[in-house]
Amino acid sequence: MRHDRARVMLISLLLGTIFVGAWQAAVVRQPKGKGLPGPAAVAVEAWETLRHPFYDNGPNDKGIGLQLGASLGRLVVGYVAGSAVAIMLGVTLGLSPVLYRAVNPYIQVLKPVSPLAWMPLFLYTLKDSGQSAILVIFMSSLWPTLANTAFGVASIKRDYLNVAAILQLGWLRRLVTVVLPAAAPAIVAGLRISIGSAWIAIVAAEMLIGGTGIGYFVWNEWNNLQLTSVIFAILAIGLIGVLLDAGLGRLSRALAYSE
Amino acid sequence: MDRMEGLVERAIERAVLGSLEPGRREFLARVGATTVSAALASVFPISAAKTLAQDKPGPLEKKDLKVGFIPITCATPIIMAEPMGFYKKQGLSVQVFKASSWAMIRDLSINGETDATHMLSPMPLAISLGVGSQSVPYVMPAVENINGQAITLASKHKGVKTVAEMKGFKFGVPFDYSMHNFLLRYVLAEGGLDPDRDVQIRAVPPPEMVANLRAGNLDGYLGPDPFNQRAVFEDVGFIWMLSKDIWPGHPCCAFAAKREFAEKAPNTFKALLVAIVDATQHAHDKANRKAIAAAIAPKNYLNQPVEVLEQVLTGVYPDGLGNTKTVPDRIDFDPFPYQSMAVWILTQMRRWGYLKSDVTYKQVAEEVFLAAACRDAMRSVGAKPPDTASIKHNFVIGKTKVFDPDKPDDYLKSFAIRKT
Repeated sequence: MRHDRARVMLISLLLGTIFVGAWQAAVVRQPKGKGLPGPAAVAVEAWETLRHPFYDNGPNDKGIGLQLGASLGRLVVGYVAGSAVAIMLGVTLGLSPVLYRAVNPYIQVLKPVSPLAWMPLFLYTLKDSGQSAILVIFMSSLWPTLANTAFGVASIKRDYLNVAAILQLGWLRRLVTVVLPAAAPAIVAGLRISIGSAWIAIVAAEMLIGGTGIGYFVWNEWNNLQLTSVIFAILAIGLIGVLLDAGLGRLSRALAYSE
Repeated sequence: MDRMEGLVERAIERAVLGSLEPGRREFLARVGATTVSAALASVFPISAAKTLAQDKPGPLEKKDLKVGFIPITCATPIIMAEPMGFYKKQGLSVQVFKASSWAMIRDLSINGETDATHMLSPMPLAISLGVGSQSVPYVMPAVENINGQAITLASKHKGVKTVAEMKGFKFGVPFDYSMHNFLLRYVLAEGGLDPDRDVQIRAVPPPEMVANLRAGNLDGYLGPDPFNQRAVFEDVGFIWMLSKDIWPGHPCCAFAAKREFAEKAPNTFKALLVAIVDATQHAHDKANRKAIAAAIAPKNYLNQPVEVLEQVLTGVYPDGLGNTKTVPDRIDFDPFPYQSMAVWILTQMRRWGYLKSDVTYKQVAEEVFLAAACRDAMRSVGAKPPDTASIKHNFVIGKTKVFDPDKPDDYLKSFAIRKT
């Protein structure tokens, strides 16, 4: 086990080094200031950007910390609301096979729609770009959690529900002490997929609406063809994504149980 | 205290309205209604009348404003007015807000998230008519820039000399309702190509044009600067034709607001207009261009290399074919919204099928392009506005064609290539 771990790390580092080395070799012949920036240029850019993460030069020029903060703020609001609705709906559908089959066609039609496709509709009806972006996050965090919750609740062992029925538990008690704990691993798995898709969607949504946020930061740097900043932003977005996923991974380990 | 204010207000009202009554016809002419329609009289209420009639404007209804813009050199006056203090001079605290696309500019403005906005000059006309948008009455009291656009082609098309060689090209324009779209279509049609059949024209947000040209996704675009010059700077394209060689002095971008804003906050609207016109006059002076380039280059505004902006604004630039050109009027800034410009735009919207039915071109032009309001603002900053709100325009590509705003239907019929 320990031996494996060392090998994994070694291979991982080697792959990273090969990639960065090849990248650097590919760009080293380019005339200065033209073409794709190399890893060295990105590292310099990262250092410069990270040195002043919270500067604020007006509405269109803010530090990376403020941009990420704005995106995470939107993410939290949209994701929490989306997840709450998804879990409630999922439990209802999971407990009632008839209702589940009745609603399922609609879910199947709505699920594959990119959350961004909703944006024009939201802008038109809500008349607020900030709320529209949050609603996009809401939509993108809805479906995986909903599907997983319904599936998790529907596949709870009948024995558990029978015991709950024999004990004559009220519906709320049955929900909190039996249904939710039993379906928890499936629900958290859904939440974990959801936060990934929500984080993917927010970057695209912010590129559309402008304002503050990491997606808009990418757009603004693209506008200036400042690819070093774009690459740095991609790395930052990826790292935040890893952290979000790791957080939910911990939650899922805490809630796991074996029969 | 309230009573005091009430008394003052009534006195002012008596004074203003008293002086206004006999000159009502004159006033209506000033706000742009020579064909005095009842509709116009009802939508341009007395509060706006008072402000436009007053020499000294009343107190500002709103001081903190948000003005939307797209990061292109056309927006120069709107943008520079913030760092160079033109808004402050009128007692306004304006935050300029960068938007990512023209659709977003439209929605931010319609939804009231911005108070006034940078627009392409066909947009207020289209939105007022409910074409490509919900129908919301807009006013456009000032043009931002004239000229300043170009047809840029990808470097691989360096041999292209005539429009005929462009058959099958994929072109980008910033928006359907843009001068860019209408000018490109005009050029293509004059060269014998049908813009709806022989080429493909797509709406591409200006900042994405260079990347698409590089990727081979576009063969060219009629786009705003700095993105023509930026394509040269990046070695991916060359400037095939400046837009001033299509229609010298054509309008491009504009300053616009919902009519509702102009009515509800007439003093603020007027102050904002004066600030914009003042900035536009400042930008018109070629001696100021270098300082302006430096003021609008930072990340908060255009986010572009100063070098590129200087090449655009001074008109001394490499064209991407190895020549250095000197064209001082490559871009210019002139706020006056000739209503004849609006009529031309409307004829083109009709020509290419964006407008499905006939409209009274002149009336729409007068309701949206507020020539009289601009004239007043120009006078207040010491500029000399033109006397007439409509003039004839010359199109100089190929055979020179003259557009007579009094005969729009004949003009429209004179084109062999058209959709309607």
